[in-house]
Amino acid sequence: MILGVLEPTSGTIRIRGIDLAKRRAHALQHTNFAAVYAPLPGNLTVSENLRIFGLIYGVKALEERIQTLLGEFDLERFRDTKCGVLSSGEQTRVALAKAMLNSPELLLLDEPTASLDPSVAQEVREKIREFASRGRTGVLWTSHNMYEVQEVCKRVLFLSRGKILLEGDPKTLPQEHGKESLEELFITVAREPLELTRT
Amino acid sequence: MQISRSGAIFLRQIYLLRGSPARILPLFGWVAIDIVLWGFITRYLNSVAQSGFNFVPAILGAVLLWDFFSRVMQGVTTAFFEDVWSRNFLNIFATPLSIWEYLVGLVLSSIFTSSFGLVVMLVLATFGFGLSFFMYGAMLIPFLLVLFAFGIALGIVASAMVLRLGPAAEWFVWPIPALISPFVGVFYPLSVLPVWMQTISRVLPPSYVFENMRKIVSGGSPSPAGLALGAGLVMVYIAAACWYFASVYRRAVRTGLIARYSAESVT
Repeated sequence: MILGVLEPTSGTIRIRGIDLAKRRAHALQHTNFAAVYAPLPGNLTVSENLRIFGLIYGVKALEERIQTLLGEFDLERFRDTKCGVLSSGEQTRVALAKAMLNSPELLLLDEPTASLDPSVAQEVREKIREFASRGRTGVLWTSHNMYEVQEVCKRVLFLSRGKILLEGDPKTLPQEHGKESLEELFITVAREPLELTRT
Repeated sequence: MQISRSGAIFLRQIYLLRGSPARILPLFGWVAIDIVLWGFITRYLNSVAQSGFNFVPAILGAVLLWDFFSRVMQGVTTAFFEDVWSRNFLNIFATPLSIWEYLVGLVLSSIFTSSFGLVVMLVLATFGFGLSFFMYGAMLIPFLLVLFAFGIALGIVASAMVLRLGPAAEWFVWPIPALISPFVGVFYPLSVLPVWMQTISRVLPPSYVFENMRKIVSGGSPSPAGLALGAGLVMVYIAAACWYFASVYRRAVRTGLIARYSAESVT
C-alpha cells in the first residue's frame, strides 16, 4: 500500500507530507524497497538493473552512485553478471543496492533476510543498519523473524487484520507483557490476542 | 512527465536485445521470410497473369505495410511482456514511474524494434523483387504513420488485456493482426467483402491505407479525405487504448493484482 501498488479502502498515506494518492510520483521519489519475492529481472546484469532503476528514480550522478553501491555491497565482481545466475544472498545484496540507489527517506524491506543463511543474513542486517545509521532514512522492516527484529529494530508493531495490536521497543516489550522473548510474545499475539489486551 | 523514466524502459529493451541474439533474430527474421515468400509469389503471378497487372506493388507492398503494422504492435507488447516474463511489475510499478511514462517507454521500444524490420523489408523488397516505393509517392508517409499509430494503439490494448487477464492471456495477443487482416482488405478491395464485414472495415484505419494503396497502384488518384478519416480514427483508437490501459491498471492497483500478478487471479 505504501508503495502505491494496492489502494487503501480508507485513510490517507503521506510520505514526507505528500499524499500518495494525489501525488504518487512525488511521494514515491522518497521511497524505495526490497522484497525477497520481487527479485530484479534475472535477464539483466547487475549494473544494467541499477542503471535502469537509477534512471526511473531520477538519481543524480548515477554512474558514481552505482559505483559506490557496487563497492558497499561487495558486488563489483558481479557488475556484468546477469542477476538470474546469482545466489540468493547475492541477489538480496543487488536488491538492497537498488533499494538504496535514491538514498530514500523511507526504505521498505519485506523479509530482506528470508531464505538467506545465518552468516549472509547477518551481513545484510549490518549493511542495512549501517545505511540507517547515516541518519536520513527511516526503515520499515517487515519480518516474522523476531530475533532479527529484536536485534535490529528500535520500534516494533504487531499487526493483525489491519489493526495495530501492540507496539513498543522490541527489547522491553516482551517483559512489559510478561513474556520471556519477542518470539514468545509474537506467538501469544498470533494465538491469543485477547489475552494481551487484558494484561 | 519525465522522459528519462520512459528512456529507462527503452534502455531496458536495448540491454535485452544486446544481451540476447534470440531477441534480435525475430525483429527481422519473420518479416524477411514473408517478403521472400510473397516476392516469389508475386513474380509467379506476374508471369502467369495475362492482364499485365503488376502484382509486386499491389501484393508485396501490402505485405510489407501489413508486416510493419504487426511489428509495431508486437514491439509494444513484447516490451510489456518483458515485465511479465521477468515478474517485474512490483519493481516497476512501485517506483515514481507513471503509467504515461511507462507507455511512452513501450512506444519508444517499439519504434526502435519495428524500424529494424522495416529497413530489412525495404531492402529485400526493393533490391530482391524490384518494388519501387516511389510509386506510392508522398502517400507512403501517411500510410506508414497511420499503420504505425494503429499498431501502437492495438499494442497498448493487447498489453492491457494481458495485465487484466494474467500472463496466459499472452496467447490471445499474437493472432490479433491475423484476425484483423480480413477486415482491412490487405490483399483485396473492400468491395469484395460482405456488407457486415465492410461495416467493420470502415472503422478500422488500415482499411483506408490499403484502399488508397490499391488506387495508386491501379493508376487512380488516392483519396486524401479517406486517409484523413483513417488518421482521425487512429487518434481515437490511441486515446481509447491509453484510457483502457489506465483503467485496467487502476483496477489492478485497487484489487492488489499488481503485487500478485503471477497468481493469475482471473480464471
